[in-house]
Formats: sequence, structure tokens, C-alpha cells
Amino acid sequence: MSKNNDSNQFRKVDVDEYDENKFVDDEDNGESQVGPDEAEVDSLIRQGNLMEALQAVLKNPPINTKNQNDRAEALMLKVLSAFKSSDIEKAVQSLDKNGVDLLMKYIYKGFEKPSENSSATLLQWHEKALSAGGVGSIVRVLTARKTV
Amino acid sequence: MAYHSFLLEPISCHSWNKDRTQIALCPNNHDVHIYKKDGTKWTKIHELKEHNGQVTGIDWAPESNRIVTCGTDRNAYVWSLKGEVWKPTLVILRINRAARCVSWSPKENKFAVGSGSRLISICYFEQENDWWVCKHIKKPIRSTVLSLDWHPNNVLLAAGSCDFKCRVFSAYIKEVEEKPGPTVWGSKMPFGEGAGGGWVHGVCFSHSGNRLAWTSHDSTVQSDLSVSLSSETLPLLCVSFITENSLVAAGHDCYPVLFVYDGTKGSVTFGGKLDVPKQTSQRGISARERFQNLDRRATSSETTEQGLESLHKNSISQISVLEGGKSKCSTFCTTGMDGGMVTWDVKSLESDLKDLKIV
Repeated sequence: MSKNNDSNQFRKVDVDEYDENKFVDDEDNGESQVGPDEAEVDSLIRQGNLMEALQAVLKNPPINTKNQNDRAEALMLKVLSAFKSSDIEKAVQSLDKNGVDLLMKYIYKGFEKPSENSSATLLQWHEKALSAGGVGSIVRVLTARKTV
Repeated sequence: MAYHSFLLEPISCHSWNKDRTQIALCPNNHDVHIYKKDGTKWTKIHELKEHNGQVTGIDWAPESNRIVTCGTDRNAYVWSLKGEVWKPTLVILRINRAARCVSWSPKENKFAVGSGSRLISICYFEQENDWWVCKHIKKPIRSTVLSLDWHPNNVLLAAGSCDFKCRVFSAYIKEVEEKPGPTVWGSKMPFGEGAGGGWVHGVCFSHSGNRLAWTSHDSTVQSDLSVSLSSETLPLLCVSFITENSLVAAGHDCYPVLFVYDGTKGSVTFGGKLDVPKQTSQRGISARERFQNLDRRATSSETTEQGLESLHKNSISQISVLEGGKSKCSTFCTTGMDGGMVTWDVKSLESDLKDLKIV
């Protein structure tokens, strides 16, 4: 009988925004943490000083920022692939607890975007990092609120 | 270390009576069953049926012999023993989500209930109206309260919640008690907060109330000292102080773990696993088994861990001190999702595991 001529715009309203009990994350985004220094890391790789390169790339992880994350990830992958298989274990031993956790985060980030040979090296690193950090480090990757 | 299997269902929560001869537990349904110890056997003597939802917390007050239970039906009941029967009294918590945990205060004149409505209800008995009244602690809790522990002064309450924080609140009720003296947590109505990276599953004050420790879902154990300890195990669900310097925690890894709280160094360190199974005799591994291992697990190692070698076969969800209190615990008990209960004896643990030192 009567047609509903009113607008349907109300269907596009996001009601959850108006819920007063809504959980607002109080993490401050846009932590302008500059990612690891590319030039420094590149030069260390070329020199063959791989342990230093690993430490350098793990310094200043960019947290929660989009573009810098990808750059840091690519850099990380370069460093990890540059290592020889036999040196991986020693490198992992040289890291402290937080370093192992951070390494695990990068490893899982690398798994997300598999490329040519990356998965094989990443898996080797994963095995060594797992024996150093235990399942706890993987749990921390899963529950971490600050993505790297 | 005696393992007793009560049920096939997980034990949601449990609580002991004063002389540790009776245990009240929830077998993952709407009831509370009370079992009595008969030598080595356990017999069920009571069934408390009143809740309409799963019972999520039970606490048995040792002195006044009252049981408080809370459940997902948003209610709490206080049970008193009249003759041979337990009679319930409803407590209206004024919450609109499930209750998650409940705890009597040390003087047993009030109890606290943590719930999914992002608040804690502190309930006390009002003599004139013959009724349990509750007050709410709301700010600044932002999510479900998972665990509670009272400070020995009967006023401070530590609460761990799903908003990744562990907080110390003042639950002072002026109708029931007088003002407390100053503590390390602040002299007036104190308010402390500690942040973590995951849901706070278990929280515990030490016997003196000067130390606080909590476990979180990101596999860490934290204390009121600044440094947190990242554990190598799966997340720990429950924690308890057994002396002023040692904590025992247990969780999804199915075995309890010891931690040492070092005030001078300002840190919590890992003390050791508390459930080392006896080593079975090493048998030689055949070539066939080697290939099988290589196929299944990509390693041809000798350890054939067919199943869990710990006493509990599923996650441990609650730990309670049986004898000795939190200052000099000599036995403690764990219950878990496998429906079993294990009583652990501290002395025999110390002698079995040689490098274990409980300070």
C-alpha cells in the first residue's frame, strides 16, 4: 500500500561507534620509531660481519607503523639469508631473551609472505630460535599487541 | 604425589574446608559436589544444586564454614551448613554478565566476585536487613576480571583482568570494618597498576602482603618488581606463593613450575619444573623406528614421547595451598581439565629434584 520512500542511510551507520562501553585501545599509534638503519646493516653484511648485522637489524624495531614494517622485514630477510646454516645456532645463542622474541616475530612475519628461498632459511632459523626460546616465545608472537 | 581422578569432565573450580577432609568442586556443570576423604578413597556426600549456569568459582571460608559459589547465571550463593544440609542464600550481584571468580576476605566478613561486566562486586552482610549487599568497583577496569586475591589486611584486593592489567584496589567497606593501617601499597586508599602483554590469568599476594605476582597469557610471570619473566612454557593459568620467596605456577603445560622471587636482585627467576617423571629404561631404537620418526617428525631422535609424561593429562586450572599457608607451604593441590586432582608434597619434591631449592 504505502511505499517506504524514506532513505536507507540509517543502515550505513556504524552503531558500534556509539556504544559507550566500547573498548578503546589506549596504545599510542604512530610511535615514530625509525626502523633499523639500512646503510649500516648493508655495509655490515658486505663486510661479512654477520653477527653485528643481526644485532643492528634487531635494534629499533618499528612498531605498528605500516611502511617501515615492510622495509624492516625485507632487511631482516636479507640478513637472515646471508647467514650460513652452521652459524645460525651461534647467532641465536648470542641474543638475549627479548632478542629471541623479536627474532621469532620477524620469522613469523616472513612466513606470511613466502618468496623463493625464504621459507627454507626461515624454517632453519625457526628451529634454532625455538630451542632457545621455547614455546613461550611463539605464544608471545601470537599475543603481542605491538606488531613488528 | 598422589593423583586422584575425580571425573572425566574438567574440574571448573575447587575449594577445601578448614581441616582439608572435604573438597567442594564443580564438575563442569551447574552443581557443586562435596567429597569427603575416607582414607585414600573419596566419597561424594553432598550435591549443591541451585545455580542455573556453570559454577565458575567456589570458596570455602575456613573459620565460619560457609561456602560461596558464583556462576555464569550472574548470581552468587552463600551456603551454610544447617545440620546435615547446605542451605543457600542468594546474593544479588547486580551484574549483567557471568561471574568469573570469587574469594572470601581473610576475616570472612565480605567476599569479592569478579565478573565479565568489567567490575568487581564486594559483598558484605547487613545485619538489619538480614541480606547480603554489594558494592561495585568499576573504574578503571575495561574488561572481564579473571582472578582475585585478598591482601592479609582484609582491605586491599588484587585483580587481574582481560585488559592486560593487574591492579590493586581498596575494598574498604566502612560499615564492616575500621580504617586499615598503611601498607607498601600506599598509605591512604592506594591504587596500584601493572601492565602486561596478555590477559592476566592468576594473581597472588604473598603471605605478608608485601609482594604480588601474576601470570599472563603471553607466557610471562610478573611481579610488583619491574622486570617480568618471559617463560618458555605455554601460558600459566594459576599462581600461588608457597614461601615468601618462592612461587608455584601451573597452566597449559600440565605441570607445576617453581619460580624464585628475589627482592635484592629485583627479579623473578625460573626455579625448575616440579614434575619430572621417572626415566623409563632406554631401549635401543630400531632402524624401522628411526625411519618412522623421520617421516613423522623430521628428526630421527630417540625420545619417543608418545603422550604427556606429567601427572596431569590436561591443563591445570587451579592451584591451592593445603598445609602451611602461603608462608611455609608443605603441601599444595592442583586440579585441571582432566578431571583429576594431584596433591604435591613440598618436602618430597625437594628431595626428588636435586637442584630444586625452595628458599
